[in-house]
Amino acid sequence: MSTIVNGAGKVVDFVDQRITASNWLKRNIRKVFPDHWSFLLGEIALFSFILILLSGVFLTFWFKPSMAHIAYEGAYVPMRGVGMSEAYASTLELSFEVRGGLLMRQVHHWGALVFLAAMSAHMLRIFFTGAFRKPREINWLIGVTLLVLGVAAGFTGYSLPDDLLSGTGLRIIEGGMLAIPIVGTYLSSFLFGGEYPGDDIVARLYPLHILLIPGLIIALVTAHLMILWYQKHTHWGGPGKTNHNVAGAPFFPIYVAKAGGFQFIVMGVIVLLAATIQINPVWLWGPYDPSVVSAGTQPDWYVGFLDGALRVMPPWEFYIFDRPITMSVLIPAVILPGLILTPLALYPWLEQKATGDTREHHVLDRPRNVPVRTGIGVAFIVFYILLWIAGGNDFFATILEIPVNWITWSIRIGIFALPPLAFWLTKRICLGLERRDRDKVMHGRETGIVMVSPDGEFSELHAPLSQADAYQLTWHERQLPSDPGPATDANGIPNPNYRAKRVQAKLSRFYFGDVVQKPTREEVEAAHHNGHHDAVEAGHRDEITSGQQ
Amino acid sequence: MSANNEHNSGHGESEEIARREPDEVAAVGDPIADPGLHHNDERLTDVDPKAGRRAERQVAGMFTLASLLMVGFIVAYVAIGIHPDDPENGVDIGNVQVSNLALGLTLGLALLLVGAGAVQWARSLMTSPEVVHERHELRSDDETRQATLDDWNTGVEETGFGRRKMIRNSLLGALALLPLPAVLLLRDMGPNTGGTPAERKEHTIWAEGVRILTDVTFMPIRAADLEVGSLVNAMPATFEELPEHGPERINERAKSPVMLVRMLPDEIHVAEGRENWHVDGILAYSKICTHVGCPISLYEQTTHHMLCPCHQSTFDLADNGKVIFGPATRSLPQLPIAVDDEGYLIAQSDFTEPVGPSYWERTR
Ligand code: HEM
Ligand code: FES
Repeated sequence: MSTIVNGAGKVVDFVDQRITASNWLKRNIRKVFPDHWSFLLGEIALFSFILILLSGVFLTFWFKPSMAHIAYEGAYVPMRGVGMSEAYASTLELSFEVRGGLLMRQVHHWGALVFLAAMSAHMLRIFFTGAFRKPREINWLIGVTLLVLGVAAGFTGYSLPDDLLSGTGLRIIEGGMLAIPIVGTYLSSFLFGGEYPGDDIVARLYPLHILLIPGLIIALVTAHLMILWYQKHTHWGGPGKTNHNVAGAPFFPIYVAKAGGFQFIVMGVIVLLAATIQINPVWLWGPYDPSVVSAGTQPDWYVGFLDGALRVMPPWEFYIFDRPITMSVLIPAVILPGLILTPLALYPWLEQKATGDTREHHVLDRPRNVPVRTGIGVAFIVFYILLWIAGGNDFFATILEIPVNWITWSIRIGIFALPPLAFWLTKRICLGLERRDRDKVMHGRETGIVMVSPDGEFSELHAPLSQADAYQLTWHERQLPSDPGPATDANGIPNPNYRAKRVQAKLSRFYFGDVVQKPTREEVEAAHHNGHHDAVEAGHRDEITSGQQ
Repeated sequence: MSANNEHNSGHGESEEIARREPDEVAAVGDPIADPGLHHNDERLTDVDPKAGRRAERQVAGMFTLASLLMVGFIVAYVAIGIHPDDPENGVDIGNVQVSNLALGLTLGLALLLVGAGAVQWARSLMTSPEVVHERHELRSDDETRQATLDDWNTGVEETGFGRRKMIRNSLLGALALLPLPAVLLLRDMGPNTGGTPAERKEHTIWAEGVRILTDVTFMPIRAADLEVGSLVNAMPATFEELPEHGPERINERAKSPVMLVRMLPDEIHVAEGRENWHVDGILAYSKICTHVGCPISLYEQTTHHMLCPCHQSTFDLADNGKVIFGPATRSLPQLPIAVDDEGYLIAQSDFTEPVGPSYWERTR
């Protein structure tokens, strides 16, 4: 045994004699981690966050969270003599007078973009594969909270350097706050320490940015991972992979090596981005001046959809008791985030209503097998992307050489028309894929070889699937719409739960009414006997009458 | 560690099931029987010792290259100076960019190679088989649940929480009040003087007779200085008197800026009561967008349209600053102006309405 292994043994021995570590280790060191590319998205989020923490601490060694007014005398000549805040001056110092300072700033900012992108993609993967179902609802909620905290971290960070862009972002936040009825002006006054912008805001955002928000994120990520660990990872179905087991590589050494390696890969990629693609060159924007704005600048991508919502709102304001209610700001800035986050957070329970299912689920869904959920997800993505495009309407107008107003108007209409269309289309595609899977199981794979029968009939030769391949297409559960049952029992006594059951059945029909079911054994056998001729009925209902198998 | 180890490892949570036998028949309602876990095919590195050695060299090569790159990082740090020899000269941006690139490339590639090496090691050389663990229902059994509930009830019983109503209620009362001191402590985040937040929004430092100065250079402006079609950003002369330090200056920057535009007097559609607010076709409008407060900046001379770059609210400066497109709901406030004895443009008064976005206290 090498000395390293010996050393590790000594450490384990030391710890074990004090906190019985071996007992826990023995049970966990070979913990199973299933492998799939989509399971890496959450890891990217975690690893980019770690890099953000490291680079962020580096930045704090120079950054001065102060809005005290100074005349710049640093190394960046074009700015000498210009009045600015200490925060902005220290950001210039970080960029120009600290070796690697610019790199760390860019690493920090790129890390933030990657962090939020990875969290979002991770969340979509959880959604589309049904990984949020019981028993993982708590982790879903934690995830939603983390996403919000991530945006808050990004926004507070973006505001710290006190350059022109960060100030403009804060101004828009202030405008949004003012639209809140009754308390708006007070909220703004307390946040900014009086009138906007004042000279307190950077010092106030700073502890939120470097302490409170990262602290909460760390706490929640820890809980997230502990729950994940305890519940064991979900896995895809397949030969030998069921709801009662989990198959994959052992935590030590495979997962440790792969995930540990992946940590370095993620860090490496972010550092390379920071080395080669400039981000937020604050010296070009200049210090914040509330009377100056530079056209064509965009916020970080994760606030783009809110900015877009602000842009496409028609001017809508009305008065209650002679007080203005500015819907054109309230809707995008206050109502829309709530309208997105509430259903997002509650989705696991919404779907549980439809399935009426209280069992544990550890096998993931193929998105096609839950067409309605997949459709809802795609509709949301389309909605989000439209708002995001709206956030760059001036940019797209320049590229497409059309008036901005056209884009704004298209999006105003599209935001209502396209998500339902996307839902419908996605659902059709899913059903089509399900039908194809069903065909394959019943008749085998199409070979492309055309046969002519003795009586001149053409048909394509189908090659039967192997058992493993056929199982790959049929391991999912059969989910049938539920039946509310009779309104009254045999004695004519009304069922008190009937109404609730009917609502549930309705939802369930919405979700599962059109699903193309996998064939039953009898159907497969019959199909094999009849050769290749029988037609497959769409949405065919099987003999099985109720509930799920 | 051998595969053998897997089979008799542990009890309880991570108990492992032996390799599942394939199912003979499909589960009820299922068309196809579960053929059982398919163990991964052997890798080339498992069967061909040469391939194994090659993979080993690859992995070690990546780790070694990473070390070299980190040496490169140190070299780049020391060799590419960004500090000017003479502080008077300031920094050379080119040097900063080169330093950034060199440091980032060496560090980034080093990290990437360490990572890629580890992953490659795991994929091609580590010998762990696929492991299968049994899952157990997460819910505790009824007995444990009952025992827990009993323990809880015993505890509650022992406190007498339910019986001693006076203690309970007074405690709940005290706890309910606890947030108050915490919230109250935040009170001084906002100022104590100067009226309500809304009142502070109602005034700027514009006032009767205050000269209109060009922004940046702070020069007084004569009507004749402005040509038809031009636009000038301007500030009140009182701005210069504000103290250098403290928030007043920047706060006024967020409220007082105006834009002067000049058009032909007959191009202007003057609203009632504003007949004498302009000077020979020179109009002054607040520069602060009434949507959410960006400074407005894009002027189209021919149409007299003023566009806010933030969300494209468009205002017609020839028509009293009316909104003609975009999300803003209010016209741009107009500043009534006049000319003083020396021929310079001055304000007739403060703005007649608050500038900037709508807020609750602001009446029609
Ligand atoms: C939790 C996730 C975090 C996110 C998403 C985030 C994001 C950001 C962003 C986008 C900036 C603007 C950077 C720029 O372009 O200059 C920033 C600045 C900054 N961040 Fe973070 N940050 C996070 C955590 C942290 C932590 C944990 C620390 C320190 C312990 C930190 C310290 C700083 C400092 C000092 C600045 C200002 C320096 C500068 O702008 O150059 N951040 N952050
Ligand atoms: S701030 Fe001007 S349009 Fe939004």
